[in-house]
Amino acid sequence: MAGSTLATGQRTLARLLAPLLCLALAGCASTPLRGTGDLGVVIERASGSVQIVDNSHAQSLARVQGLGDLSHASVVFSPDARYAYVFGRDGAISKVDLLTARLVQRVEQASNSIGGAISSDGRVIAAQNYSPGGVKLFDADSLALLASVPATTGANGQPSRVVGLADLPGKRFAYALFDADEIDVLDASTPTAPKIQRFAHIGKQPYDGLASGDGRYFIAGLYGEDGLALLDSWHADAGVRRILAGYGRGRQALPVYKMPHLRGWSIAGDYAFLPAIGQHEVLVADNRSWAQVATVQVLGQPVFVMAEPGGRRVWVNFAFPDNDKVQVIDVPTRQVIKTLQPGRAILHMEFTARGDAVWLSSRDDNKLLVIDTASFEVRRTLPALEPSGIFFSSRASRMGM
Amino acid sequence: MDSGPVRRRLWLLAWLAASLCQQAAAAPAEARAAALLQLLHKDCGACHGLSLKGGLGSPLTPQALAGKPADSLVATILNGRPGTPMPPWRPFLSEEEAQWLVQLLQQGSAR
Ligand code: HEC
Repeated sequence: MAGSTLATGQRTLARLLAPLLCLALAGCASTPLRGTGDLGVVIERASGSVQIVDNSHAQSLARVQGLGDLSHASVVFSPDARYAYVFGRDGAISKVDLLTARLVQRVEQASNSIGGAISSDGRVIAAQNYSPGGVKLFDADSLALLASVPATTGANGQPSRVVGLADLPGKRFAYALFDADEIDVLDASTPTAPKIQRFAHIGKQPYDGLASGDGRYFIAGLYGEDGLALLDSWHADAGVRRILAGYGRGRQALPVYKMPHLRGWSIAGDYAFLPAIGQHEVLVADNRSWAQVATVQVLGQPVFVMAEPGGRRVWVNFAFPDNDKVQVIDVPTRQVIKTLQPGRAILHMEFTARGDAVWLSSRDDNKLLVIDTASFEVRRTLPALEPSGIFFSSRASRMGM
Repeated sequence: MDSGPVRRRLWLLAWLAASLCQQAAAAPAEARAAALLQLLHKDCGACHGLSLKGGLGSPLTPQALAGKPADSLVATILNGRPGTPMPPWRPFLSEEEAQWLVQLLQQGSAR
């Protein structure tokens, strides 16, 4: 209708304007309007930079520099998946805007840090620190310090190193104390005056922790003994109990050249798949009774034991000297069904939100691999500078990440 | 956590060993030296930090290692330290290579 009533003059004008409009659009094409829901952040450990990647098109969008020592780095996302908070080894928190690919804020908050988490309401960032040992809370917008919680003193007289920090529902965080054999639950409802519930004597040398995807359970892996420590946050008054105790069955512990990493991805359907320490095994536990139901022999010391989002298979990478290999466990049969050798020093694996692909980082081959989880084919490789962690923005809406 | 007597015995051993071999550790061939430096910053760095300022593993900076007998540090690298996460590296490093690494670490020239 509008077209048929268009006067000749207007039509000419439109014809004249059309190329201009195209130009304007082309100008925009370098920064097209986009969502952030399928983007990711890749840590480039040696160069202190991150790459912003786009999973939908398996491509790299930008590199953001100046993030400091990222030799052990982790990332959490704002609830709208626009901002990535990168926790660096040197104790800095860097806030990166995924849309503009800019470093928008950076605070140096400790001298040695290991990671962090974001509260269930997205308002509070918690950083877990090695030295000085403790947890600090920051405003998620401004990164202004809200509270500093020193950790319980360990046997060496110093505040303990904090490991395994994870968010729980209701603006709470759980974490473990490597030097003080403790699990703490911090309630950040009033973030300037957090409340802490401490559970002592939970087991020797907790080295990392995880919260289940529903935020009910917090589990700490123990370095100093065969077993893990479990807190059921629905029944916190019942305290922490030991699970999978004695999994080594008195066998000589093998040397561990890299500590395993635990997170909520360990849980696949009815089972939790957890790395043994000092045994080349993945432990399988029932995720309600927490009784051990099986062990799966693997080729080395597992580091990441990650269930595909659908829970059908579990992928495992390994510590030095087996860090060039990845094994895939079939959940129903609990058998290793595939051994891949994708590159040197595979440091991390990240599934796409619904598990159709997995991204791997190969530190020593300076590349990322995108692998089809159905066919195990490499769909794409992308260059990266000593890549380590890969974090997709779909984590923004998941607990315990 | 009191390992006093054990530690004293270790120090004595280390002192004996140190007085037996005073010469500097021989540098490995160039390619192996590069591989060892990579190992130090990447794989030791997994626990000690990329810049070796510490993490789950203690700092390996010259300040942190000052005054510690080289041979006991060499022994720690080769044999690990039971009861702590420090693993034994003997399968991957020779005695001379561990000595060379300790020398670099103590001099702060490990880069
Ligand atoms: C899995 C973690 C881990 C790895 C990997 C690791 N270390 Fe350690 N290392 C430790 C821990 C933990 C300590 C502290 C032990 C203690 O508490 O006494 C330590 C202690 C040491 C010490 C003694 C420091 C001192 O002040 O007495 C030296 C030297 C050392 N490591 C060198 C190395 C070297 C070289 C490598 C790589 C070839 C390496 N470490 C790899 C965990 C590790």
